[in-house]
Amino acid sequence: MNSIPQLPLASWIDSFVDWLVQFTGFFNAITNFIGGINNAFQWVFDIIPIWLFIILILGLTFYVNRKDQRWSLLIFEFLGLLLIWNLDFWRDMTQTLTLVLTSSLIALVIGIPLGILMAKSHIAEVILKPILDFMQTMPAFVYLIPAVALFGIGMVPGIVASVIFAMPPTVRMTNMGIREVPAELIEAADSYGSTEWQKLFKVELPIAKTSLMAGVNQSMMLSLSMVVIASMIGAMGLGTKVYFAVGRNDAGGGFAAGLAIVILAIILDRLTQSLTRDHKG
Amino acid sequence: MSIKVEVKNLTKIFGKHVGRAKELIKQGKSKPEILKETGATVGVDQANFEIEDGEIFVIMGLSGSGKSTLVRMINRLIEPTDGEVLIDGENLMKMDKKKLRDVRRKKMSMVFQNFGLLPNRTIIENAEYGLEIQGVEKEERRKRAKTALEQVGITGYDDEYPDQLSGGMQQRVGLARALANDPQILLMDEAFSALDPLNRTDMQDQLLDIQESLKKTIIFISHDLNEALKLGDHIMIMRDGEVIQTGTPEDILTHPANDYVEEFIENVDRSKVLTAGNVMIRPVTINVDKAGPRLTLKRMKNNEVSTAYVVDNKRKLIGIVDANDVIGLVRHDSSDLRSVVKEDVPTTNEETPISELMDDISQTGIPFAVTNDKGQLKGIIVRGAVLGALAGNEVSEFE
Ligand SMILES: Nc1ncnc2c1ncn2[C@@H]1O[C@H](COP(=O)(O)OP(=O)(O)OP(=O)(O)O)[C@@H](O)[C@H]1O
Ligand SMILES: [Mg+2]
Repeated sequence: MNSIPQLPLASWIDSFVDWLVQFTGFFNAITNFIGGINNAFQWVFDIIPIWLFIILILGLTFYVNRKDQRWSLLIFEFLGLLLIWNLDFWRDMTQTLTLVLTSSLIALVIGIPLGILMAKSHIAEVILKPILDFMQTMPAFVYLIPAVALFGIGMVPGIVASVIFAMPPTVRMTNMGIREVPAELIEAADSYGSTEWQKLFKVELPIAKTSLMAGVNQSMMLSLSMVVIASMIGAMGLGTKVYFAVGRNDAGGGFAAGLAIVILAIILDRLTQSLTRDHKG
Repeated sequence: MSIKVEVKNLTKIFGKHVGRAKELIKQGKSKPEILKETGATVGVDQANFEIEDGEIFVIMGLSGSGKSTLVRMINRLIEPTDGEVLIDGENLMKMDKKKLRDVRRKKMSMVFQNFGLLPNRTIIENAEYGLEIQGVEKEERRKRAKTALEQVGITGYDDEYPDQLSGGMQQRVGLARALANDPQILLMDEAFSALDPLNRTDMQDQLLDIQESLKKTIIFISHDLNEALKLGDHIMIMRDGEVIQTGTPEDILTHPANDYVEEFIENVDRSKVLTAGNVMIRPVTINVDKAGPRLTLKRMKNNEVSTAYVVDNKRKLIGIVDANDVIGLVRHDSSDLRSVVKEDVPTTNEETPISELMDDISQTGIPFAVTNDKGQLKGIIVRGAVLGALAGNEVSEFE
């Protein structure tokens, strides 16, 4: 064994990251951009009074389920949000929500086109598949290190790490949804003389919508699962509360914050699922 | 008659080693030989034929004989390996993407075996799809789509979704979508194969009706010789990707080119023994568990019939009612429809050969009710329909 020298894999990657760091300008621009989206969300959430926020969420739930009302969900949301307010986690909750929404939005904006590309091009699929597997199975902690090197500490590196970890389902499900569009519908679109774009927007994406939305839902849940990890590099929110509670050996506080994350997760999950169901809308 | 579509040496080879397979094909090797030598599948083997303007040209053959591949090369949904397709003398193979798209938009439309309707679009939105992608104004395309839907007898379903309609109605929408573009050529790949026998006959009749006034050039794929004989001005028979024979129905029946074609015709000879299921039509039915005399009368009036078939909730046949008797009930303000139902209706099942029913039907003129083994009413057989079916069936022994 010893006759074979150990591969300097770690130092290769280090030098790669070091090499990247010289493009400070570029990464600063990204940081500002992502930070901008994040701040915009946070600004909106801070400006809305808590009671109005609760009403808006209930109203939205009511609206997306208008064909098939779910009263138990409405009651759960109402009580859950009141609890978060009561526990004084409101601002943390909106920070977490901001992180999740920003990273989901970015995952969606990058992930859907990648999924489309993957469905259309065999070469793209061959290249992207292992990369997606890698992104999703590499322990999420690992992303924190280069994220800090490139984006500093705070919300932005947390978002970047979340995007990398959470994007694969959106790409995968978009790809799958488009590939599973029945061949006859593709033939119908082609035989009537659709352009590639018309086929994509009038046939493939609408038919793949259920699958695509399921991917978005999964991405959102994965980015929510990143909040505690992201808090280690300074992304504020409920994750920070949990992280600090661990440090202080404070089981009560940890569980309380954890519960708030669970409530937020359930609300986001049910809301995006209703959007999926509401086809033909 | 002018030639609308001309196909020359059209060939499609699927799989690897296409170049090698192409050489073998030119040497006259057959599909199984080529598969064995190169592993490539011959879809269509140097097909040559011409289609006249305004005719229905039926392509027949067993499963895997290359019908779908052939028809898809005519609009280049499948890119040919070799050969030419000329439409109005213009070579389709030489067209760039844009020109091809234009031909697909304006000149030919396709109707699919499983309808190919977009599930997320309403009926009217489906019917206008072809116009929409051409950029026709919304008002204009709605109007044209509506006209096309009326042509195929679908009205009042504009805002429903495809899955809310029966198969027969969905295929009518598929046909309307094709007609809305006002194409010169219709490509129909087993368009009626997924329908049940009743709907299938209806659709064939409707296609002939529409063809009467519109005079499209229709390329129709079928694996049912009865259908081919009924619809086709010319019939082409394929085997293993090769064209075996092309001719009028008469030609094919009287001068089969070889044993393969002969066998095909023999098959129809056996199936030409028409059964009750082949010729039955849809009766006007009244559900006695739901309808009273007034509703019954209204339905009879709407359908312009003087007798109606009475069934129960489970569609089990009970009997027939006469309009006069129902009027009597209404006069006496009675609601007991059952009291006037006549139960002695001649019945038969779907498998009964028509020849057994012929005598009774032509003598008495009383329709037969066709029921299944559960006693449910499936259709009725009237004299006109039997004669019509026999007349349409050119090889019938009753001729
Ligand atoms: N995409 C494809 N790749 C490989 N082989 C194909 C492909 N499409 C068709 N084939 C082969 O080409 C031959 C002709 O197929 P085609 O679908 O045209 O037959 P068909 O006459 O339409 O049959 P059916 O009555 O079952 O619809 C078959 O041997 C089939 O296996
Ligand atoms: Mg076929």
